[in-house]
Amino acid sequence: MGAKMVEFNGWDMPVEYPASLGGGIVAEHLAVRSGVGIFDVSHMGDIRLAGREALAAVQHISMNDASRLAIGQAQYSALLYPQGTFVDDVIVHRLGEDEYLLVINAGTREKDFNWVRNNTRQFDCAVEHLSDDFTQIAIQGPKGVDVLQKLTDADLSAVKFYWLTRGTVCGLKNILMGRTGYTAEDGFEIYISADEATSARVWHEILAAGKEFGVVPCGLGSRNTLRLEGKLPLYGHEISDTINVWEAGLDRFCKMEKPDFIGRAALEKAKAEGVKRTLVCLEMIDRGIARDGYKVLDDTGREIGYVTSGSPAPFLKKNIALAYVPLAQSAVGTTVKVEIRGQGVKAQVVPSPFYKRPKKAAKSE
Amino acid sequence: MSYPSDRKYTKEHEWIAADGAIGITHHAQESLGDIVFVDLPKIGAEIVIGKPFGTVESVKAVSDLYAPVSGTVTAANEALATAPESVNKDAHGSWMVKIKLKDPSELNGLLSAADYEKFVSEEAGH
Repeated sequence: MGAKMVEFNGWDMPVEYPASLGGGIVAEHLAVRSGVGIFDVSHMGDIRLAGREALAAVQHISMNDASRLAIGQAQYSALLYPQGTFVDDVIVHRLGEDEYLLVINAGTREKDFNWVRNNTRQFDCAVEHLSDDFTQIAIQGPKGVDVLQKLTDADLSAVKFYWLTRGTVCGLKNILMGRTGYTAEDGFEIYISADEATSARVWHEILAAGKEFGVVPCGLGSRNTLRLEGKLPLYGHEISDTINVWEAGLDRFCKMEKPDFIGRAALEKAKAEGVKRTLVCLEMIDRGIARDGYKVLDDTGREIGYVTSGSPAPFLKKNIALAYVPLAQSAVGTTVKVEIRGQGVKAQVVPSPFYKRPKKAAKSE
Repeated sequence: MSYPSDRKYTKEHEWIAADGAIGITHHAQESLGDIVFVDLPKIGAEIVIGKPFGTVESVKAVSDLYAPVSGTVTAANEALATAPESVNKDAHGSWMVKIKLKDPSELNGLLSAADYEKFVSEEAGH
């Protein structure tokens, strides 16, 4: 399709599509916020846990409480090291009575699979690496549901956010569809068989079905700016093997009251000792773009932290960044400086998240 | 794309016109994507042939601007501070800085429009 391509964790991925197809990072980003965009996210990984003790296995390796999941429900979670730091973040889907699907990051596929398999041997549960079996396509934006509805017999209006359904999609039977995504918008992610011919056909059928809604194919560039506006973490940036759950601000996905899980003891200790640094949302006040890895300085020019992700925000029309700073400098309204090519440029801590999608107007009875 | 013959070009995809105006080429803006920020030197600054003298930023990346020849900055295009996207719309019409050349013979080492066009198509593997 003439996209600009880049190597990403061993995958050949589109950064952005040509303007002739409605693309370009900014155009793609705005399309997802106002209409619909589609992403080929097949690089993501899939691990299936199934068996009598599948729930116990998931509970052991995942920090969120999977026992709350009904069949057909999903939750955001993370796999932790014993130190309470991140192996990866993950969406846990309950597919059946004793069947769970973990959708994980591309760059951590092998690491995650080995981690899951090695840490669940004691459970009566089969662990399968299904990453190469699936093509995953994300259909995101306020019109995303409308587009997918044209292609499936499943009643998508009955599927709540972070729930799943199965149905026929583009003539393919029993396709898993999750009302999930990484764009801070409504939408679905569908999992179809990975053979090239089927994948290409479905991709083009979605583009055709979405034409009336102004659908745009979207690449990694807009994927990153969309998730950044929504303060969604990216492994290797906001979360990593040297950052713990409290620092990353992911407390609400970590259920300390559930039975023991890997990382729990360390997190208890860390909480008791007090968190030293925290992830904040920054907005540039003076001219300049904060980018990944740039130093954060206090008003006197002393280094106090660093930017984990930074970029222009196409929808908010500001230059934004996520950064780790000490607790003392984390209050909303605190001014800091970001070091950009040797100069300290003024920025401010703003409320989190930068962007939240508008609630749909309540239906009248 | 036919490149205007009233100026010279560099392999770093800059152009310099007869009046000392410097900008980036159509090919450069196409590769960069949406340009969101341009950082230019102040009037009076010295720029040195082949060395970075400013930056142009797209959503994804920061790129250095390289001096096609040496000289002193006599003007910087303020309009690009508020409308950096003008460079995408018309790269050859969007000058970034104007300089007084230190050594006009340096221009002889630069590419003509025809040479630049050839360079771009070879780079793309056409």
